[in-house]
Amino acid sequence: MSEMSEPGTREATGTSPAVPERQYVDLDLPEQGRMLTTVGGDFDDVLGETDFTDSEQLILNMGPQHPSTHGVLRLILEVEGETVIGARAVIGYLHTGIEKSCESRTWTQAVQFLTRADYLSPSFNEAAYCLAVEKLLGIEVPRRAQVMRVLLMEITRITSHLVAIATGGMETGALTGMTMGFRDREEGLHLMELITGLRMNQGFIRPGGVAQDMPDGWQDRLDYFCALMDKRLPEYDELLTGQPIWKARLKDVGVLPLQGCLQLGVTGPPLRSAGLAWDLRKTMPYSGYEEYDFDVPTTSGADSYDRYLLRVAEMHESLKIIRQCRQKLAEPGPVMVQDRKIGWPAQLSLGADGTGNSLAHIRHIMGESMESLIHHFKLVTEGFPVPAGQAYASVEGPRGELGAHVVSNGGTKPWRVHLRDPGFVNLQAISAMCEGGMVSDVVVAVASLDPVLGGVDR
Amino acid sequence: MTSADDSVKKVAPDIARQQEAAHSTGLAPDVRSGVVPPTTSERHGMFYARDSGDTSGYGGLVRPPHVPQASERPYGGYFDDVADALADAMAERQIPETAIEQITVAHGEMTVYVARAHLVELLQTLRDDAALRFELASSVSGVDYGEDVPRRLHVVYELLSMTYRRRVRLEVAVDAGDATVPSAVSVYPTADWHEREVWDMFGIAFAGHPGLTRILMPDDWVGHPQRKDYPLGGIPVEYKGHEIAPPDQRRAYT
Amino acid sequence: MGLEEKIPGGFLLTTVEKMVNWTRKASLWPATFGLACCAIEMMSFGAPRFDSGRFGMEVFRASPRQADLMIVAGRVSQKMAPVLRQIYDQMPEPKWVLSMGVCASSGGMFNNYAIVQGVDHVVPVDMYLPGCPPRPEMLLDAVLKLHAKIMDDPLGPKRAAEMAGHRTELIPSSVRYSGGRRTMPVGRPEANLG
Repeated sequence: MSEMSEPGTREATGTSPAVPERQYVDLDLPEQGRMLTTVGGDFDDVLGETDFTDSEQLILNMGPQHPSTHGVLRLILEVEGETVIGARAVIGYLHTGIEKSCESRTWTQAVQFLTRADYLSPSFNEAAYCLAVEKLLGIEVPRRAQVMRVLLMEITRITSHLVAIATGGMETGALTGMTMGFRDREEGLHLMELITGLRMNQGFIRPGGVAQDMPDGWQDRLDYFCALMDKRLPEYDELLTGQPIWKARLKDVGVLPLQGCLQLGVTGPPLRSAGLAWDLRKTMPYSGYEEYDFDVPTTSGADSYDRYLLRVAEMHESLKIIRQCRQKLAEPGPVMVQDRKIGWPAQLSLGADGTGNSLAHIRHIMGESMESLIHHFKLVTEGFPVPAGQAYASVEGPRGELGAHVVSNGGTKPWRVHLRDPGFVNLQAISAMCEGGMVSDVVVAVASLDPVLGGVDR
Repeated sequence: MTSADDSVKKVAPDIARQQEAAHSTGLAPDVRSGVVPPTTSERHGMFYARDSGDTSGYGGLVRPPHVPQASERPYGGYFDDVADALADAMAERQIPETAIEQITVAHGEMTVYVARAHLVELLQTLRDDAALRFELASSVSGVDYGEDVPRRLHVVYELLSMTYRRRVRLEVAVDAGDATVPSAVSVYPTADWHEREVWDMFGIAFAGHPGLTRILMPDDWVGHPQRKDYPLGGIPVEYKGHEIAPPDQRRAYT
Repeated sequence: MGLEEKIPGGFLLTTVEKMVNWTRKASLWPATFGLACCAIEMMSFGAPRFDSGRFGMEVFRASPRQADLMIVAGRVSQKMAPVLRQIYDQMPEPKWVLSMGVCASSGGMFNNYAIVQGVDHVVPVDMYLPGCPPRPEMLLDAVLKLHAKIMDDPLGPKRAAEMAGHRTELIPSSVRYSGGRRTMPVGRPEANLG
């Protein structure tokens, strides 16, 4: 085993850690038989010395640091030759204690933690949590806030699918797919930065509505984005869809038929690729989705290629929804619930120095209205209380059903927040998808499930 | 339960609203309630003030424990159909009526509190019966309701019926000293990792689980982090000359 | 590199030093250690818009044996800390560590049981970059400041003794490469950066 290198010491040869001579352990175990464990060195030397030619079975560790495991995912593969006969996923390398941290913050502050769980779909984490809190509060979010939520969620869906395709391409070697995907993602992030102020982890969707109204000039920016995406999204079809190597890598890889999906609780693109048109936006709509006109792409091949096609098709559908949001946002309205005991003052705007509250707002709360001052103070320091009870709300995230189970004890801080992350549930299917395939198919299968380890581990 | 000195009891508007919400779903609790444990303990005062020196009057505030109330029939919406179908299916499969401790309908959702002995049978019923068909277990999670509450550890099963587009929640409550629940993996294989996470975070053991090990924390971690008696574990932070305590040790005003 | 030990000290070394440091900083190959949200911004940094390739950094080496710079991008959990240390140990000298984001620098907003409060508890850090997540331009600025530090690295123990106490002047890239023009602070409405 390699030892920790002491800072400041150097070998005469110049390499840092002291390399032990023997790099393997040869054991004869009662149940498994003879087992050779090695952490380095040359296989020819090891095999030559030990005369270990019994079988071709290896236990490989695709460790948490790996360019192709989509994050800090550890896969332990039992490999016979090139065939995978056993695959196990080890997670927890990104466990952040988000759910417990939420318990010591107010209901609005908890949004900032939850948004970082599944960091490629921040708006969805926030939306699921806020829908659950609003269920407990028993309030109705204003219409404009709902449309803004849908707008943010669909832009986030496009950026998330772009990362899925880009990193999937990178992991299989299609590096142009990666550069294209990130180039187009920048456009989506630029738009979200205009609306919310941040590229990622916005924290914009809050219980009661959204944080601020749309900024000036948003119409032109949104039109520009839609026109650009109209030009750019077909390029993925041109680059990848018909490409023979891409098809050969992805077709019939990572197959998970419908029974497997339902038993393992898999939702999202893997379920829709197996033939079931289950999309919570259509089947159990929330946040005004019943008013939008869009399709749910479904295929029946249940393999990685179908999931890729589905993701591209879903991006087109999201663009349709964004255009409809553009129409609906023409009517003005409040963006935060009007109940002063709950609604965070949403008329904050930039001051002359580019930060903070506008002078108009400060003049109002300091000079004109005592109630506003008190409400603002209490909401910022203490937060609003939520009636005791529990609620579960779910949204259709880019990876599947993203749900939030929220428990309140009547106080101003969440008692328990649990995030049902689609990546966590979908990743259980990795054993079923990979066993029997080749090692290179493991990478493609994981990429087609598209887990985000932040959401998996929370 | 109620305070002796009613004269100084002041109920803040938000607490009144909470109490109203808790009682609005049922007028008289039915014979089976009282079996469902409370979710909070009785709380006295605010601002941690107890004796003289507190001139706010909030020191005399008493909030009774919140117990989920059994709901009165008709529940409204699809909940009646589900309750009837469940009763029929239970009669068919000879599951005793005492398997269900209580049914609460609140905030547009239905929660069925079950006894753990019949949990797997009930899950099987909910999945297989033609009128119920809850094919997907969305989530299996744990909740810890605090050290001074009896049967503090709850396991919550969120079930989704794709056929009927409905949701229902099952809840099982256990004591911390006897934290064992039958595993749902035989009925819903998706519960595998969920139950490992509940074991890891809350210490509830699932009997019959194929491999109950820690999943999020390192394998040799001691303690169950999301229990309420486990500290958040932060360190004090020094910022601009002041030392700020970790979030769970700062002053709280509720 | 054994260069430092083999060449005797003297004034000749100052030019050799600058040349060696220049070769090291001009193609600083990062090791992929993207963990969480900051990893996505790091990937954006390698993507066409912000283009790390113009600094010789587009090859994110998967194997730490071939990498110079470990950008710890994201929150390091208790389970991940030993892995982080092992990857650091597997990198050959010379190596640098850039902790990207507040979670890597100090634990960030996650002041709890699960996150290591600062990656410098595990590995020695050369550059800290706050942000949640830092924009790719901020990462670029941190990399350029690290380049400035690398240019000032001493070549061998004698030079290190001569240069003891020297601090590299870290000038922000927006100032250094502005050609003397005074730039407006970000955020003012007139400086519409489009």
